[in-house]
Amino acid sequence: MKPESMNKLPANPERATLEGKNKFLGFWFFLGGETVLFASLFGVYLGLRNATNGGVTASEMFELPLVFIATMLLLTSSLTSVFATMALKTNQFKRMIGWFVVTGLLGLAFLGLEIYEFTHYVHEYEHTIRSSAWGSAFYTLVGTHGAHVFVGISWLTLLIIRNLKRGMDLYTAPKFYLFALYWHFIDVVWIFIFTVVYLMGKVG
Amino acid sequence: MQMKRWRNAWRFLPLLSVIALTLTGCGNEQLTTLLPKGEGSEMQFNLMMLSLYIMIGVFVVVALIYTIVLVRFRRRGESDNEIPEQTEGNVVLEILWTVVPIILLLILAVPTVMATFALDEGTEKVPEGATVVKVTAHQYWWEFEYPDLGVKTAQDLYIPSGERVYFELASKDVLHSFWVPTLGGKMDTNTATVNKMWLNAQEPGTYYGKCAELCGPAHALMDFKVIAQEKEDFEAWAESMKEASSQASTDQAAQGEEIFANSCIGCHAVGADGGNTGPNLTNFGDREKVAGILDHTDENIKAWIAKPSEFKPGNNMPAFEDQLNDEELNALVAYLNGLKVEE
Amino acid sequence: MSAHAYKKKNPIWDWLTTVDHKKIGILYLASGAFFFLIGGLEAILLRVQLLYPEFNFVGAETFNQLLTMHGTTMIFLAAMPLIFGFMNAIIPLQIGARDVAFPFLNSLGFWLFSAGGILLNLGWFMGGAADAGWTGYAPLSTTSPGNGVDFYVLGLQVSGIGTLIGGINFLVTIINMRAPGMTFMRMPLFTWSSFITSGLILFAFPALTIGLALLMFDRLFGTQFFAAEAGGNPIIYEHLFWIFGHPEVYILVLPAFGMFSEIIATFARKRLFGYSAMVFATALIGFLGFMVWVHHMFTVGLGPIANSIFAVATMLIAVPTGVKIFNWLFTMWGGKVSFPTANLFAVGFIPSFVLGGMTGVMLSVPPADYQYHDSYFVVAHFHYVIVGGVVFGLFAGMYYWWPKIFGTVLNEVLGKLHFWLFFIGFHLTFFPMHFLGLMGMPRRVYTYLSGQSLDEANFAATIGAFLMGLATIIMVWNIIQTAVKGKKAGNDPWDGRTLEWAISSPAPEYNFAQTPLVRGLDAWWLEKRAGNKAMVPAEPLDDIHMPDASILPFLLSLGFFIASLAAIFANWAIAIGGLGVVALAMILRSVIDYHGYHIHKEDLPDEGGEGK
Repeated sequence: MKPESMNKLPANPERATLEGKNKFLGFWFFLGGETVLFASLFGVYLGLRNATNGGVTASEMFELPLVFIATMLLLTSSLTSVFATMALKTNQFKRMIGWFVVTGLLGLAFLGLEIYEFTHYVHEYEHTIRSSAWGSAFYTLVGTHGAHVFVGISWLTLLIIRNLKRGMDLYTAPKFYLFALYWHFIDVVWIFIFTVVYLMGKVG
Repeated sequence: MQMKRWRNAWRFLPLLSVIALTLTGCGNEQLTTLLPKGEGSEMQFNLMMLSLYIMIGVFVVVALIYTIVLVRFRRRGESDNEIPEQTEGNVVLEILWTVVPIILLLILAVPTVMATFALDEGTEKVPEGATVVKVTAHQYWWEFEYPDLGVKTAQDLYIPSGERVYFELASKDVLHSFWVPTLGGKMDTNTATVNKMWLNAQEPGTYYGKCAELCGPAHALMDFKVIAQEKEDFEAWAESMKEASSQASTDQAAQGEEIFANSCIGCHAVGADGGNTGPNLTNFGDREKVAGILDHTDENIKAWIAKPSEFKPGNNMPAFEDQLNDEELNALVAYLNGLKVEE
Repeated sequence: MSAHAYKKKNPIWDWLTTVDHKKIGILYLASGAFFFLIGGLEAILLRVQLLYPEFNFVGAETFNQLLTMHGTTMIFLAAMPLIFGFMNAIIPLQIGARDVAFPFLNSLGFWLFSAGGILLNLGWFMGGAADAGWTGYAPLSTTSPGNGVDFYVLGLQVSGIGTLIGGINFLVTIINMRAPGMTFMRMPLFTWSSFITSGLILFAFPALTIGLALLMFDRLFGTQFFAAEAGGNPIIYEHLFWIFGHPEVYILVLPAFGMFSEIIATFARKRLFGYSAMVFATALIGFLGFMVWVHHMFTVGLGPIANSIFAVATMLIAVPTGVKIFNWLFTMWGGKVSFPTANLFAVGFIPSFVLGGMTGVMLSVPPADYQYHDSYFVVAHFHYVIVGGVVFGLFAGMYYWWPKIFGTVLNEVLGKLHFWLFFIGFHLTFFPMHFLGLMGMPRRVYTYLSGQSLDEANFAATIGAFLMGLATIIMVWNIIQTAVKGKKAGNDPWDGRTLEWAISSPAPEYNFAQTPLVRGLDAWWLEKRAGNKAMVPAEPLDDIHMPDASILPFLLSLGFFIASLAAIFANWAIAIGGLGVVALAMILRSVIDYHGYHIHKEDLPDEGGEGK
């Protein structure tokens, strides 16, 4: 029985073919566009963060422990996706899948916390997307990020199911690699949300 | 053949501008920016001219090279198969046409920045004794309030001439823009913020104002007037506005007053009494225009009250054609025409 | 033997599923032309309404719908797809590529664009089109009654995704797919400017996406982004719109600049003067394009500091633009300039665009802009830039590349008639508008009162619009004539300079039987001058890999179309169904392997489709 890593794949299998190169570059550009998308949302949020319309304010409402746990979940998932990428580069397919499963589960936990958080705000503080301009900006920014997490988890699930039997080759490597890129991006965005929305909101 | 066509084409542009200018002159002297009558509009006009002269200078250079190229460097028919020299560029020329425009723009930029700040001067801290007007834009009319004088009016904006009058601009519904071209440039009226500017009419007179931001179907008709008067005339006007009586002088007008109290006062105020979702009518009898656009005749007033949206599509005033008969309308008109503060 | 490559396909199915960039280019060009005609018709109706003072032809409500749809259609549904059409049809040929980087996404981009375009225009038939201006400023747009603005928001949103996809596709194509020897500094100017335009699309469109999304949320879900009474602020929308909107101007005009650069060089039979300066100027314009959006907002009340900074930044753009003008002039200087229709439009562009640039500098002066802003002066300015720049460019490109795209030549007599009528009509329409603005006529007014000295210039402008309409009819006639019985074009009818003229007209499915070796700027011109009949191949003759056609892009776009239409009428069950179609198409795309097919080298025509 030979170890997985004995299969002959070039270094950086995700970029070994022209198609892989194209995908790699194209996806980076896509993330550039996504950056502008989130930057716009952050701009809107900063413009409206004090527009509470007489309702609850950020410093009254946010509970940092909850958000801290969510942040830790997502940061850890980013780390596990790095492990998965390392496995990908050394051509250890099963190991990669394993780490990606952990990544997905952590993402799912994060999403669950976010849903809990939102319902908590709505029921406890009557803070909704309609109650003030700040409410609209908050749910739109954080919700857009949440939607990205959801899309990521669905994408990952599909990738794993489709390619579980197929193993690693020059055709599947770019697919997994792009997902990892995407996941890191979502993570970075969250760090900004944590700072701009929650920390700055708490400080006032 | 082709030669001739091109030469004709060239004559065409200057010809066109001459035609356009002679056809239209500088425009209506109460509306045009080209015959400025305000401190602000004059500063703006001077900058317009400075930038225009610089740009015409550039255009002349381009036109000259262009003409030479089109005349001298034509291919003379299919048989002209000479391959011209494949020039890569010319460093001196390229530096020249980079540096010269930068210098020209610097010449323009300095007075530009100075004027931008000058036009904002004093808006944050209004000088002692200056007249302040709060302008509120509505679909599709203008409300003017003089907080220091305790006077409110609409459509006709009275200001003292020969001094800067300070404005606080806001909007009640959608975005509008407050523009009196002959006196000075425009400023938007926003819903969430208050904008500040000043205008200075150098001589007494009547000037046209317009809304310059698309605000709905009747955007085109959201006109108003600025009436600039000598300081003492303006003060007298403000005084009489404060003391304006809404008392009717004839029987017919008295009947009209009653109708007004039943049907109109919820939206229109006379003096301090009444709502403010519609224009204040304290000096309605003095106004040259009905609703800012129609000539001030009894027929027009009646037609307007009967069916306002015929004249300003999409405006908020309900139609009264089914509620008031002709006699009632006549009485209302008599009352409204009596609302005067000037002789 | 690959049976696949030669199987007779059902033509409708073929066009619906094609991933061939040349066919997608034709689809873009055809739909762009269709929307151009619609937008033009709208313009004519607008001008008829303004023929006389207090004239009543279409009325205020319809006028506002027409002016909104005219602007939106011309920018998003005519100019953008026409530019994408040329990019698709020409760029892979210019860089010596067999295909674009993402053929599937390319097709998806087109179908999303067309779904959005149709959606936008459906408003006309379902209770009225959008009426808040192409800028859609809140709160006029958020409070506009009816569904018109919903069609605008969702239509633009869907077509905007398509545009973004197209932008990414061309960025990657140009970076990764160039033939051996085609270094960046040997790329034709049209490819360069399209490359920069694609970058601008990538960084500008997401801001619009957000602006539109917030409008949509305010309208459909009752959020408060722009409702001042709940703390919202409509100026945020203005910022988002113009952060997109100003780069959009360069997105449109840079590819046109690229076309002029090639057309002028070709017909002057001279190398482009100052090639590196041209490339640098294009990049600089693109970069500065993101720094100047506030000049659309000088009267919003952002204060003298912001206004001054953005004024100076705006003035700076005049420098690289001026560099370009002089480089074009000096490309012709010392050349042998001939004037077929393509070059007439290019040469006619120069003075027209210079006028637009002049008023552009004038507009950058904030105090003066307080007078110009939202007046007819601005209308004159941006039509000089967009018609004088972009539309002239598209017409020039059409006459120039028609032979390469369709294999026939457009009629030159009709072409010249088209040019002269359009050129005269254009100046007659827009030149007097400068004065209208200076004389106090605001833009977007459905009528003007008599006695304000605005009558004559408005009348002249309307006559000019009729002339442009007539010119367009002649163009359409020319296209029909050429489609029916056009003269066959050679491979290289203009004695071209760039790679696309080295292959047959129209280009074969695989573009290049053998990838060419590029040995300098103006690669094909160099080979011709060296006495070669064809490009030197960079690889031995081999089987050619081709991508698979797919119906999924069409299905996915259809899903978005259904979802958007249902959302406008708040029919959430169907809306979710539509999104389900989208998700299904995406899943299928992910699950099915597309390996493509090969055209075998034995099946290629003898000369490999290359050479004269």
